[in-house]
Amino acid sequence: MVSASTAAAVDRVKQRIDAEGILAIRGIRKEFPGVLALDDVQLKVRPGTVHALMGENGAGKSTLMKIIAGIYQPDAGEITLRGKPVTLKSPLDALEQGISMIHQELALMNWMTVAENIWIRREPKNVFGLIDHGKMARQTQELFDRLNIRLDPLAMVSELTVAQKQMVEIAKAVSHNSDVLIMDEPTSAITENEVAHLFTIIRDLRARGVGIVYITHKMSELFEIADEFTVFRDGKYVGTHSALDVTRDDIIRMMVGRDITDMFPKIDCPIGEVVLEARNLTIPGVFHDVSFQLRKGEILGLAGLVGSKRSNVAEALFGVHPASSGEVLIDGTPVQITSPKVAMEHGMAFLTEDRKETGCFLILDCLENIQTALITRDHVRFGFIDQKAVTKLAEDMAAKLRVKTPNLAEKVENLSGGNQQKLLIARWLLTKPRILILDEPTRGIDVGAKSEIHRLITGLASEGVAVLMISSELPEVLGMSDRIMVMHEGHVAGFLNRDEADQVKIMDLAAR
Amino acid sequence: MTTATTQPTTERPQRRLPQEVNILMVLVGISLVFEILGWITQGQSFLGNPQRLSIMILQVSVIGIIAIGVTQVIILGGIDLSSGSIVGATAMISMSLAQVGTFDRAIYPGLTDLPVIVPLIAGLMVGLIAGTVNGVLIAYTKIPPFIATLGMMVAARGFAKWYTKGQPVSFPTDSFAALGKGMTPVFIFLLVAAIFHVALKYTRYGKYTYAIGANPQAARVSGINVERHIVKIYAVAGLLAALAGIVVTARGLTAQAGMGVMYELDAIAMAVIGGVSLAGGRGTILGTMIGMVIFGVIISGFTFLRLDAYYQEMIKGVIIVAAVVADVHRQKKRVKKS
Ligand SMILES: Nc1ncnc2c1ncn2[C@@H]1O[C@H](COP(=O)(O)OP(=O)(O)OP(=O)(O)O)[C@@H](O)[C@H]1O
Ligand SMILES: [Mg+2]
Repeated sequence: MVSASTAAAVDRVKQRIDAEGILAIRGIRKEFPGVLALDDVQLKVRPGTVHALMGENGAGKSTLMKIIAGIYQPDAGEITLRGKPVTLKSPLDALEQGISMIHQELALMNWMTVAENIWIRREPKNVFGLIDHGKMARQTQELFDRLNIRLDPLAMVSELTVAQKQMVEIAKAVSHNSDVLIMDEPTSAITENEVAHLFTIIRDLRARGVGIVYITHKMSELFEIADEFTVFRDGKYVGTHSALDVTRDDIIRMMVGRDITDMFPKIDCPIGEVVLEARNLTIPGVFHDVSFQLRKGEILGLAGLVGSKRSNVAEALFGVHPASSGEVLIDGTPVQITSPKVAMEHGMAFLTEDRKETGCFLILDCLENIQTALITRDHVRFGFIDQKAVTKLAEDMAAKLRVKTPNLAEKVENLSGGNQQKLLIARWLLTKPRILILDEPTRGIDVGAKSEIHRLITGLASEGVAVLMISSELPEVLGMSDRIMVMHEGHVAGFLNRDEADQVKIMDLAAR
Repeated sequence: MTTATTQPTTERPQRRLPQEVNILMVLVGISLVFEILGWITQGQSFLGNPQRLSIMILQVSVIGIIAIGVTQVIILGGIDLSSGSIVGATAMISMSLAQVGTFDRAIYPGLTDLPVIVPLIAGLMVGLIAGTVNGVLIAYTKIPPFIATLGMMVAARGFAKWYTKGQPVSFPTDSFAALGKGMTPVFIFLLVAAIFHVALKYTRYGKYTYAIGANPQAARVSGINVERHIVKIYAVAGLLAALAGIVVTARGLTAQAGMGVMYELDAIAMAVIGGVSLAGGRGTILGTMIGMVIFGVIISGFTFLRLDAYYQEMIKGVIIVAAVVADVHRQKKRVKKS
């Protein structure tokens, strides 16, 4: 039995939390050299709600989340947690105070097992004070059972796909039983099925009273999962609304300050002869008998669930991990693509799925990142780079894609996730490919820029570039593709033409 | 329109000072400390003695030549422990082909008084081969650079000892000795440094080196032949170690199997003091040059203060560790910012 005065005290705290939210942020300001990332922003998260944080690339969303997770210290402003002002000195400090975070860029340790990653620093110990691996595996299995995740706790993280890693990150964050859970673009690397799965987990957490901050660039998710949302623009607070009161267009207008009329500005253009043909490509145990044709001016969408090995096919085509049998023909001639260098000599370009692992040179500057692929072939005389010309090209492309950075001498690790993605797109577009392979091209890119990039891709196709586009966003696949190839567990499940394709048909093929 | 985009055509403004400036400040600081201590304890100026300074530069430039190669290896994300042994092996080979005919116990009695180009090329070939072997092992068998070059370190030293069964080799021709005479080593160092400064900054060779050091997988996907470039860089490092070996032996007028012991560590120390990151992807030739001078100032400063040679070694150890601590600290700051 609690005494009356304790009950009253508990009640007061409850009221305060209701009024203030479980997490309240006021007047936060954060400046980086040359960038005012956050300028007097606020955010209030109520317990048992999903609060979406929206804004363009570089609006300051991740920066605020990192402040809440104790990674950055704000220059000004205050944070209250459960009604009390707090300072969050370090990620550990934030965790201990009940805030956990799923980062935009995956941050798992590759050479450790799934279980070790999840319980790091909290490993169960045996009587000798040594790590009890059996118990750790059991705990992981229990957690996975609760969350309905099917993964081997003892698998090495390095062997997982991006999507599986994402699920591990989610499980890890949930395992802390925090009051506040931050998710920075958790769905940018996973397909519809996992998204649905994640949403079940989120709804469950919400029912338990957890306050969830959710960042995404996918508008549809906002209406599916969010209760409230807050919009930032250029580091400033724009407003907070209930998700019930607004339309998609309202939000976009709040985010970008203008209307976006056409998300998928598809240009119809004549489709020419076959440029790239794959015949029975196989890597035993990965994918089998993959055959398709890609034509000049065509955008071939490649859909499928996680584990359908779409990315592996793309990697094989580009020579990153060549297929062990089967044939690739370019312009009807069989070719041996043994390395990315050879692929590029045939006019191919490949935007990879994982920008941190295989994309960005994080510690180098923007210019170096944009020019890498270009200078393997052009603008070099006697080994010397024609830097003036290359810089000009890079600057023009960065401006065209609206990369937000103080200048191209900025280190790429300081750019927001979406802007890093734009740099990688710029890198490949500069090589003027004939065959463009895109693996999740608009991953983490905001609505405005997304429609811009779609315009660019379809523009390229209309100039005769053959495009193979892997995407886990069905609206994107449907909106952009002339034809859609659907894969299922390493096999081609079928092809759909633009006019016959819809979400249901794709999912039918993908799930079989 | 609210999005701030990059401004085309404006030149790239440099907001932050280059890292070399910090290292230069360290150099200035250390020199001033010695200057002050000099006046206090010795009653004379440390810096105001051109002869001392030129001896100091001379002392460090041989290892400096190695450091230029090592810098590139470290930027690439690797390490080279074999350079000191390559110095030894090269010294033996080149000196044995540079002997004068008037010396009656020459190694190759039929091959004396050869033009200087012969021992020079032969010596460089030794380094080139050793470096290439390092590179091939690392690039294609994927063994860690530490292990590959450790193996080469032991093997090359063994070769140097086996070559004359431990006997020193002496009496070079005048033209060979000229390679180490007077300030020649310094000029050779400056030439090498200039070449690779330009190469790292303005050529594809340099861009590839930084890219591979920053993210080898991304480099490969961007169309860089990563394996071939790794071989190239280790070969260059071997070549420069050999050049250093030739210069040392020419200067000493004799070659011994034990020449160059620990040079690899001094060279790595110069690079690290000069801000080259052991994590790869970061560092400059200019930085290493300043690191080299810092290294020289400390050594010659201690001698100037009449500090015991034993202390010198110990303090050198401390300095190397301190430089790595500074590197780690810089990286932490990079992650944490603010
Ligand atoms: N460590 C840093 N150093 C310098 N500038 C930074 C740093 N971190 C972020 N910035 C800058 O602050 C701004 C906000 O970045 P942030 O990552 O918060 O954007 P975001 O809203 O999460 O964007 P996205 O949707 O692309 O992920 C960007 O302009 C970015 O370049
Ligand atoms: Mg972000």
